[in-house]
Amino acid sequence: MGTTASQLSKESLSEYQELTFLTKQEILLAHKRFTELLEKHEKDQIDARVPMGKIITLPELKSNPFKERICRVFSTSEQKDGSLTFEDFLDLLSAFSDSATLEIKSHYAFRIFDFDDDGTLDCADLEKLVNCLTGETNDAKLSSTEMKQLISNILEESDIDKDGTVNLSEFQHVISRSPDFVSSFKIVL
Amino acid sequence: MSTAGEQDAGLSLQEEHESKTHRTKRRDGDRQKKKRRNERRKGGTRAGEGEEDLQAVSEKRERSKRKRAKSKQETSRRENNEEEEAQLTGGKGTKARKDIRNEKTRRMEKEEVREVEENVDKGKKKQGSTKKGEKKEDGGKQLVKGKAREVKKKKHKKTSEEDDDEEEDNDKDVVRLECLSPEELEKLKEAVDERKKLIQSLRGKPWAMKKKLVTLRESQEFVEKYEGALGKGKGRKLYAYKVLMTKKWMKFQRDFENFKTACIPWEMKIKEIESHFGSSVASYFLFLRWMYGINMILFGLTFGLVMVPEALMGRPYGSMPRKTVPRAEEASAMDFAVLWDFGGYAQYSVLFYGYYNNQRTVGWLKFRMPLSYFLVGVGTVAYSYMVVIRTMARNANESGVGDDNSFNFSWKMFTSWDYLIGNAETADNKFASITTSFKEAILEEQESHKDDNIHLTRFLRVLANFLVLCCLAGSGYLIYFVVRRSQKFALDGLENHTWWERNEVNMVMSLLGMFCPMLFDVISTLENYHPRVALQWQLGRIFALFLGNLYTFIIALMDEINLKRKEEKIVKFNITTWEASLYNGTVSENSTASPVTIHPADVPRGPCWETMVGQEFVRLIISDTMTTYITLLIGDFLRAVLVRFLNYCWCWDLEAGFPSYSEFDVSGNVLGLIFNQGMIWMGSFYAPCLPALNVIRLHVSMYLQCWAVMCCNVPQERVFKASGSNNFYMAMLLVILFLSTLPAIYTIVSIPPSFDCGPFSGKNRMFDVIHETLESDFPPWFSKVFSYASNPGLVLPFILLMVLAIYYLQSTSKSYREANVELKKKLQMVISVLFFL
Repeated sequence: MGTTASQLSKESLSEYQELTFLTKQEILLAHKRFTELLEKHEKDQIDARVPMGKIITLPELKSNPFKERICRVFSTSEQKDGSLTFEDFLDLLSAFSDSATLEIKSHYAFRIFDFDDDGTLDCADLEKLVNCLTGETNDAKLSSTEMKQLISNILEESDIDKDGTVNLSEFQHVISRSPDFVSSFKIVL
Repeated sequence: MSTAGEQDAGLSLQEEHESKTHRTKRRDGDRQKKKRRNERRKGGTRAGEGEEDLQAVSEKRERSKRKRAKSKQETSRRENNEEEEAQLTGGKGTKARKDIRNEKTRRMEKEEVREVEENVDKGKKKQGSTKKGEKKEDGGKQLVKGKAREVKKKKHKKTSEEDDDEEEDNDKDVVRLECLSPEELEKLKEAVDERKKLIQSLRGKPWAMKKKLVTLRESQEFVEKYEGALGKGKGRKLYAYKVLMTKKWMKFQRDFENFKTACIPWEMKIKEIESHFGSSVASYFLFLRWMYGINMILFGLTFGLVMVPEALMGRPYGSMPRKTVPRAEEASAMDFAVLWDFGGYAQYSVLFYGYYNNQRTVGWLKFRMPLSYFLVGVGTVAYSYMVVIRTMARNANESGVGDDNSFNFSWKMFTSWDYLIGNAETADNKFASITTSFKEAILEEQESHKDDNIHLTRFLRVLANFLVLCCLAGSGYLIYFVVRRSQKFALDGLENHTWWERNEVNMVMSLLGMFCPMLFDVISTLENYHPRVALQWQLGRIFALFLGNLYTFIIALMDEINLKRKEEKIVKFNITTWEASLYNGTVSENSTASPVTIHPADVPRGPCWETMVGQEFVRLIISDTMTTYITLLIGDFLRAVLVRFLNYCWCWDLEAGFPSYSEFDVSGNVLGLIFNQGMIWMGSFYAPCLPALNVIRLHVSMYLQCWAVMCCNVPQERVFKASGSNNFYMAMLLVILFLSTLPAIYTIVSIPPSFDCGPFSGKNRMFDVIHETLESDFPPWFSKVFSYASNPGLVLPFILLMVLAIYYLQSTSKSYREANVELKKKLQMVISVLFFL
């Protein structure tokens, strides 16, 4: 799509500005960082993919417990391996940028939390989410009764239609009231 | 891509289908009408256009043939694609089926459209209709084609031949569009506007970039093609021009945005900190930067409108007594110690109130100096109010409803991770704090209250508050005592005292500000509050301490002002006698000689209390800045160095054990910044140099604190969220702003200015300068109007009206809030009812 990997053409740059919440400088920086991740022979290739393993070594993502989910959500790869093209990468940065709207942020947050990609957050998703948030160390883990209590509390609050899962609109409803979602759902290069 | 996206796509496709069928139907109707009309007209027009018609028809036929072939090609390609898609989504039964159904309906509709097209062609052949009719249809078809193309987003790759072909078509269409009927034009315009809206909203759509790109390109093409053709005759050119200009304007705006973001200072520094320490520490630096911006503007105002005009156009140094160092001080006026205290040459310069002359105008520009001084003083305060309140309103808007506790758990779950964190240690701390917050929340939920010894806790809390009150009272008394003592020293003459005695006031205030918070921290462990509540108490206490200190300082200053004014009266009396004696002496020798011989440095002068106040504030700011920097260097840097290097040869682990590294204290630092700003607001009327000093201070602290936080602080153990506190800080800033303008306004309004220094000397009150300007610079009717407007009879009802308006707005907002809650309940009820049905 008009991008040679070594340099962005003017048209595609302005198109990317039109289509993302990023400024010109941010796009150029993103491009620089992205090409650094590419292999040498891929640099001139259009639509080169960077595998997930490399993306999650970026310092901005390294300590994020959702890094793999983030890659998978934004990847357009057909093998579902979480690899990103430059455009996927821009999509990622745009959704996590400062000026992105609440709507798009919450949409992607939902998809990140939806571990099994089935369109709703069910108990299994929530459990995985809690485990992600409390870290890998064993002593920090919640006991199973605590987990149950927590999940039932969450469902009680946000599951408006009482079907045992949280769907996108319920999720967005909850998120839109939160005072600090927009300010913390950010990744800046 | 997950299913949510597909669902979305499916939905939008369906919508498109609906609108499309609708449109085709409408168009069919139109066509019928037009055909009829054409037939009626046929007789007249046919003869002349026969040949052209034939040509057009043959052309048309060829084109339609080509088009049909193309569309067939495309349908087959699309079918292939669909099969692939179906295979991909095969695992998800129902949805895949739905998709296929969608595709089917789409295909059917596609065929319908094609049929319509064929019909049109046939009709043309049969009737040999006039060119006009053809054109309309062609335009219509183009619309259909555009729509169809949008549906085919994924299959955008066309062979170059086809593209060329289409462009040919397009050119003709554009030319022919000129003679479209108004309704068609209207429709086209609507379509164009729709596309424009689509382009605008594209970035907010959760689509993959490829899809967005294709849509963008198509829409832009469409808009470009038809936009120029809209409008008629002369209007068309104007329209095209307008379109061009809007495009240029958009580009300019975008470039300007880019430029603006490039101009924001310290962006990278703050981002680095953000990724290291999370958003709460970064929020301090954002606040600092915001403060820096405000101070820049205050500095610009005072510097550009007060200091520079006086320095350039006012009378030069040494031309009159208020602009000259008095004879007694001349010897030491250039000493560093004196200058450091802002005495000597610094005191008799544009930096302070006393230097300004009361000439009504200065220089060839006839710059109204006193008026400008007054208005800048008022303007800085007004501007600060405006900015603070506007920021608060914006924050309130962003944070939405605010304290709504109904989603306590969900928020903890969904929004507690700070995605900015890029540092492993911070991430670990964050994990720990999230876990504890989960556990706490569960505990709170399980057992709402389990106080085992409520009497003991109550007693301890009362005791703690008592101790804090004692601290506050003690610090207040200490400051009052010190200020009074320093006045005594000042009366004795400063030279006889040590450095400590001279700087006692500022040092004591800074030290109190440093140690009392620590004391409060110790005391608050007695109380056993939840950490968040404890933090709020702590902040409240520090706030009270600072405020108390500031106000005792001001009260002491007031005493001093009164003393100086008494002194002034005596001096004034002495001066009149001195002048009289002078005149008596000279008159006897030469009646025309004026007292030229007297050097301005020798003229006796009053104690200029305004300059004294300004000096006090400047000294306070300087010592405050110094203590901040020194605590930073000793408390953070030295401690970090010691811990780091002594750890090799120490008996216990220094890094993990007792001293360890310091944490960055966000709330304390913010409070310090706020109070510093309060002092600036209070003192800047009497010392125009204060904003400049503050700009320098903030600039240095930005770098120093950034460096210190990155090199010697560790991430906080309890990572608090930045938001929510933002407006808390702003509210404190507003309170401080109000409290600091109070004394300044009081002195301006109720104390007469010194008789021999400052821009308002010789006037009864400082604000008389407004009256003076109104009387002499404005036409008489204006001052009349002004005097009517300032009449209490008019002002009081106006204030009453404003109060009523505030009351009204408040009550409506309250009722809205209630309605909101009500609606929420209803919504939940309706949903549950639906579920049971």
